[in-house]
Amino acid sequence: MAKVLKASERMKIPRVAMAEQPASERARCFMEVNRGLASEQAVLEATRCLQCKQPDCIDGCPVGVDIPGFVRAVAEGDLPRAADILYAANVLPGITGRVCPQETQCEVRCILGKKHQPLAVGYLERFVADWAREHRNEVVERAQPTGRRVAVVGSGPAGLTCAGELARRGHEVTVFEALHRPGGVLVYGIPEFRLPKVIVDMEVAKLMELGVRVECNVVVGQTHTIQQLMGDEGYHAVFIANGAGLPRFQGIPGENLKGVYSANEYLTRVNLMGAYQGEDAATPVLRGRGVVVVGGGNTAMDAVRTGRRLGADPATLVYRRSEAEMPARVEEVHHAREEGIVFRMLTNPVEVLGDEKGWVRAVRCQQMGLGEPDASGRRSPVPIPGSEFEIDCQVFVEAVGTRANPLLTQSTPELKLDRWGQIKVDERGMTNLPGVFAGGDIVRGGATVILAMGDGKRAASAIHDWFGCASGG
Amino acid sequence: MHIIRSATWLAPLVRKLVVEAPRVAARHQPGHFVIVRGTRDGERIPLTIADSDAESGTITLVIQMAGATTERLCALCAGDSLVDVAGPLGRPTEIEAFGHVVLVGGGVGTAVIYPQAGALKALGNRVTGVIGGRSRPYVILEEELGKICDAVHPCTDDGSHGFHGFVTQRLAQLLDAEPPVDAVITAGPVLMMKAVAEVTRGRGIRTIASLNPVMVDGTGMCGGCRVTVGGEQKFACVDGPEFDAHLVSFDELQDRLGAYRTHELRARERLALDPEHKCRLERARVEIESEPRRAS
Ligand SMILES: Cc1cc2nc3c(=O)[nH]c(=O)nc-3n(C[C@H](O)[C@H](O)[C@H](O)COP(=O)(O)OP(=O)(O)OC[C@H]3O[C@@H](n4cnc5c(N)ncnc54)[C@H](O)[C@@H]3O)c2cc1C
Ligand SMILES: Cc1cc2nc3c(=O)[nH]c(=O)nc-3n(C[C@H](O)[C@H](O)[C@H](O)COP(=O)(O)OP(=O)(O)OC[C@H]3O[C@@H](n4cnc5c(N)ncnc54)[C@H](O)[C@@H]3O)c2cc1C
Ligand code: SF4
Ligand code: SF4
Ligand code: FES
Repeated sequence: MAKVLKASERMKIPRVAMAEQPASERARCFMEVNRGLASEQAVLEATRCLQCKQPDCIDGCPVGVDIPGFVRAVAEGDLPRAADILYAANVLPGITGRVCPQETQCEVRCILGKKHQPLAVGYLERFVADWAREHRNEVVERAQPTGRRVAVVGSGPAGLTCAGELARRGHEVTVFEALHRPGGVLVYGIPEFRLPKVIVDMEVAKLMELGVRVECNVVVGQTHTIQQLMGDEGYHAVFIANGAGLPRFQGIPGENLKGVYSANEYLTRVNLMGAYQGEDAATPVLRGRGVVVVGGGNTAMDAVRTGRRLGADPATLVYRRSEAEMPARVEEVHHAREEGIVFRMLTNPVEVLGDEKGWVRAVRCQQMGLGEPDASGRRSPVPIPGSEFEIDCQVFVEAVGTRANPLLTQSTPELKLDRWGQIKVDERGMTNLPGVFAGGDIVRGGATVILAMGDGKRAASAIHDWFGCASGG
Repeated sequence: MHIIRSATWLAPLVRKLVVEAPRVAARHQPGHFVIVRGTRDGERIPLTIADSDAESGTITLVIQMAGATTERLCALCAGDSLVDVAGPLGRPTEIEAFGHVVLVGGGVGTAVIYPQAGALKALGNRVTGVIGGRSRPYVILEEELGKICDAVHPCTDDGSHGFHGFVTQRLAQLLDAEPPVDAVITAGPVLMMKAVAEVTRGRGIRTIASLNPVMVDGTGMCGGCRVTVGGEQKFACVDGPEFDAHLVSFDELQDRLGAYRTHELRARERLALDPEHKCRLERARVEIESEPRRAS
């Protein structure tokens, strides 16, 4: 195994590079871009960690993964221990290792990053999780049943995490999901080429082994109300994690032409409904020679790379600020460039143009310049007069954010909301209704997978405490 | 899995399925719909709940063969099942004591107005049905509506049954006659609903249309069902599907419904070549001959 290296020696090792499917091939298929690390690569990368006494990296992780702990186990080749440490804090590491914005969370805090490249925490996390998935056949031990029943609304990362944590504590959990397949954004939004769906399916299967029941096609607020769940249906607590959901549109002319999609619809048709499998899939998606996507987040990046894979040439991303302000993960932006996505920064769509039959033919955009810094110190984009131009396209996708879905909250008018329609919770994650907790995007607005998971975990502890059981029992 | 308890033909291309869905049945109100998937790799499509029975835990769906997905559903028989039934979705119809209400249904739209008729009647309204079809066999649920409504006026394009002409022409006659009409509720093809709105607009009669845009999730998540009502964007699955017909942009709705026409044609061509489907459809067709057409 790795011999003990001095810090100066460790720092000479370059950060590991992830094996990738070649850009030219992947721009045409939906197979996962990142291939994962080989064992030797992982061990070598793990030996780079300085095992800091006061590791800053842990504070950067919303669920407090013991990074030096699991990394050390990897360096020592003890993958079972690595997995134990990792899973103790994070029940979905195969997912977070792939989709966390590490560059703004754990990795940005890594001391190695001060002079060199930070430790590849995400890659190592994924490595350990993938190993565990393939090699471990744990017999999950079910806890002694407590006789308490919890309903979880929504099966995204917040709901799944909360369900798992509660089941581990012996509570009887049912997850209600509106769609026909559990996973939330992980299955309908994030594409196969970034997060293979089998990983989500296996996580769900694991929960079911723990005794969690998952009931799809139940739209809480319509099929049942929260009151009914707590009343007739006999649940002792509810965790609401129904996500942000509702897509925003920019409100520009031409948005109802054929060929305009919200990113949610575009991605749902392709991912959840399987339109990526080919033109013969039961659920169709419009394909165009030119696809333009507006937005700068992960959703926009996923949509434009999806368009490219469906055959668009060019697939163009327009964003009204500059690249530095794009909230998308750095790795995705980098991958998108390699795949030939055309980036048009400081560009804002002002109108979608159609042909005489109502099909999109182009989008009219405006060039933006950077104005005076605003209150937050950011220079906000301002339109440059007379700078309008058109980009030809047949498909135009809007990825300009989502807002809270009112379907559930409307049917529970007593539930306190903030002015954006998001559910208000206290520090435990409890709403103003006793026994009703909430977390994830419905509380935070569009956030991240790991923050949603953190909320699910916290709510599980709070629900457990609320039941009056000894915490952690 | 949702077992189909019974399957019957209401009209040559219209099939009625009574399906097990106890949760949906328990919560159903007129105006609600469900999102259905027949098979694991199938499309999600919206269908109105035409009737429900909380006791037996079933809902009734009336399905018009329009494309590949509905054709597959129409080939199902009693004992077969649907993999997914999600709902009830949408806002229920606002049932009020209007006075005299005329319900205008075209084709399978008649299945949408059927549960409304019962609820309106229960609130003491005078209820008149105007229901249309191409020719006699295409007029559905006439007998059932007859038991609820104060009067039912069937209309056929070819005059083979009832009034010879469009439902809108019959409606116009009723609006000129006694007793006066206080509200109109309509469901059916977009062009028909648009025409209904034109007939009532000038007379200032409250008119509600049940819209049928393309839907994917039915929960407000995709925005694919967006329609323009009074110049505002609405998501039909959560804000509707019923809206003030005088404010709806029907032309836009009609145009957007054509977005997947070429895909749909291809899908039907493929389906026509599927021997298993042919066999199922045959089984469903034979049934109509062996079993006399039942009214309920
Ligand atoms: C395209 C896309 C890409 C993203 N990429 C990343 C990324 O790379 N990294 C990252 O960290 N974050 C990313 N995010 C953000 C991240 O996915 C979300 O923050 C996270 O999924 C929120 O989790 P959640 O559990 O709160 O809700 P969701 O994942 O939204 O799940 C909510 C679930 O609840 C269901 N539901 C809704 N209403 C009801 C109801 N009434 N009854 C029953 N069920 C209901 C929904 O169908 C859904 O399945 C991305 C988001 C999108 C859209
Ligand atoms: C709220 C709601 C309730 C509905 N209730 C019923 C019902 O009770 N019974 C029923 O038979 N149908 C109903 N529909 C319509 C039904 O969903 C569509 O006919 C179905 O999705 C078509 O699927 P398909 O694959 O068989 O046909 P496709 O191949 O998709 O379409 C065939 C033809 O129908 C048109 N079309 C596509 N989608 C729709 C649509 N949503 N509405 C009308 N025409 C469409 C297309 O332009 C095309 O020409 C409802 C729609 C909505 C939105
Ligand atoms: S969960 Fe995310 S933030 Fe935490 S250590 Fe893993 S990759 Fe980093
Ligand atoms: S900060 Fe970096 S080097 Fe230090 S323990 Fe964390 S990962 Fe290792
Ligand atoms: S069907 Fe997706 S928002 Fe209405």
